[in-house]
Amino acid sequence: MEPIIKVDQVSKSYSKKLVLDDININIEPGKIYGLIGPSGAGKTTLIKMMVGMENADKGLIRVLDKRMPNLEVLQDIGYMAQSDALYNELTGEENLKFFAALFKLKKSEQKKRISYAADLVNLNHELRKKVSAYSGGMKRRLSLAVSVIQDPRILILDEPTVGIDPELSFSIWNELQRLKIEEGKTIIVTTHVMDEAAKSDFIAMIREGRIITRGTPQQLIESYQVNNLEGVFLKAGGRNSCE
Amino acid sequence: MRISALIKRICQQMLRDKRTLALLLLAPLFILSLMYFIFNGNTVEPRLGVVNINKSLIQVLKNANIEVVEYQQAANETIIADKLDGLLKMNQEKLELTLQNSDPTKSKVLLMKVNQAAALQVKSSQNIPAVVPKLPNVETKYVYGNSETSFFDVLSPILVGFFVFFFVFLISGIGLLRERTTGTLERLMSTPIRRGEVISGYLLGYGIFAIIQTIVVALFSIKILDIVLVGSIWNVLLINLLLAFVALSLGILLSTFAASEFQMIQFIPIVIIPQVFFAGIFPLEGMADWLQSFGKIMPIYYGADALKGVMYKGWSISQITDDIFALVLFAAVFIILNTFALKKYRKL
Repeated sequence: MEPIIKVDQVSKSYSKKLVLDDININIEPGKIYGLIGPSGAGKTTLIKMMVGMENADKGLIRVLDKRMPNLEVLQDIGYMAQSDALYNELTGEENLKFFAALFKLKKSEQKKRISYAADLVNLNHELRKKVSAYSGGMKRRLSLAVSVIQDPRILILDEPTVGIDPELSFSIWNELQRLKIEEGKTIIVTTHVMDEAAKSDFIAMIREGRIITRGTPQQLIESYQVNNLEGVFLKAGGRNSCE
Repeated sequence: MRISALIKRICQQMLRDKRTLALLLLAPLFILSLMYFIFNGNTVEPRLGVVNINKSLIQVLKNANIEVVEYQQAANETIIADKLDGLLKMNQEKLELTLQNSDPTKSKVLLMKVNQAAALQVKSSQNIPAVVPKLPNVETKYVYGNSETSFFDVLSPILVGFFVFFFVFLISGIGLLRERTTGTLERLMSTPIRRGEVISGYLLGYGIFAIIQTIVVALFSIKILDIVLVGSIWNVLLINLLLAFVALSLGILLSTFAASEFQMIQFIPIVIIPQVFFAGIFPLEGMADWLQSFGKIMPIYYGADALKGVMYKGWSISQITDDIFALVLFAAVFIILNTFALKKYRKL
């Protein structure tokens, strides 16, 4: 299948420090793609480039066959950063409405999408509350709802489950699976929790700006002859080699 | 449509933040009223102690609005104990004046009055008729204002402009900074909105509140505090509005360089306070040339000049075109810089 996101020989450095070194990734549509690695490995930089927030020093990123950065493509990308990035003075509904308006949804469609998104994250009874009265988990769920508001084909989520309880993290992963299966969305997730990463269809492990190994979780565990992804990461990283 | 969504959101946020709204609308009125009462207080007559001074000189001093207290003997301690502003002694046919000098302006006034009185006294004692001569009657005319003009009348146009500038700067700067630190600005930039749309949205959204504030402050000072307004109120509103837009765009721009609210506050002594010095509260003519040209890079310099011109001197719009042009230029430069600063969040 033709990749929906194509990262081609991308390098990036900040003030002479190399953050990403010759990265090549092809992401197929309708899959959950996990980017795994410790903090500071360059995951966030990489996905910011996919959204067009950062420029690559070398190489090329194409999303939906358009070279990034590209404003039109952003209509098809739902992005959720590490911080919840919500307006606390506004209600949940007003937050959703605001972002829906930025994506130029029509009034009737806005309503439909807002109730769909709120339903997805189980917030339809809390929409009239101000976000400042939300719990941490509710904020994270609203943040996820905002990222799917315009019905994007691609979802890019930066550490969506960091700092939330296991139950909520479980339910977010369930929602992601549902979005993939029922709506055929392509989902890119960064995480440093290996157990969660196992739920992705395809994994790339990043360390110090380089991809140290990649494959489906099953493939990786088998080829490295270990019990879990943690073992894969340690072994792959320990050998200090690319695949 | 995206711009209107932004405007709507800013209005919703502001209207729910009652304290910030109060700061924007009421704080300037409070400070202006306070200054009005402070500057319109009555001037106190200086108190002068005298020792061994002849009656005619005392009379001249009293005529010059000096409260005279006579002593048989007095020393520096008397000045402090009796709260005198000065002590005048006759020492071997020579006058000797000791000033308390805790307030130099008061001292200068007293010194001047005593000198005048002494000079008059000498003259009259030489010209046999020992009657106190009347001061020659000079008919006084004023180019601007009248004999009732107080310092506050000259100061208030500057203050009106300054408060509009200061509060708009503070609120827009911190408002945008909060968006940067909470990540909402980044999220905004992950949508297909254009950088120009973001800047216009913020300018118009906060601009609405700046307009309301400008109108409230200008009307309050003119109608209630009865500040002199010779020129047109529309020109006053225009200048204040331009000042507000300069403050708005400058606040947004500087928030780029602040990592926290505290760092935003740190811009006040660097960016805001120096502007006060060049606003015309202190005379600019006496300043060194380099200092004067330094003042010309400050927006309030132009705003205050135009406001003083319109409100106090009754200038028409044609006399303030240079100032208006300068303010528009400032706003335009800051707005353009802002659209570039947003590249930090998205490269397109």
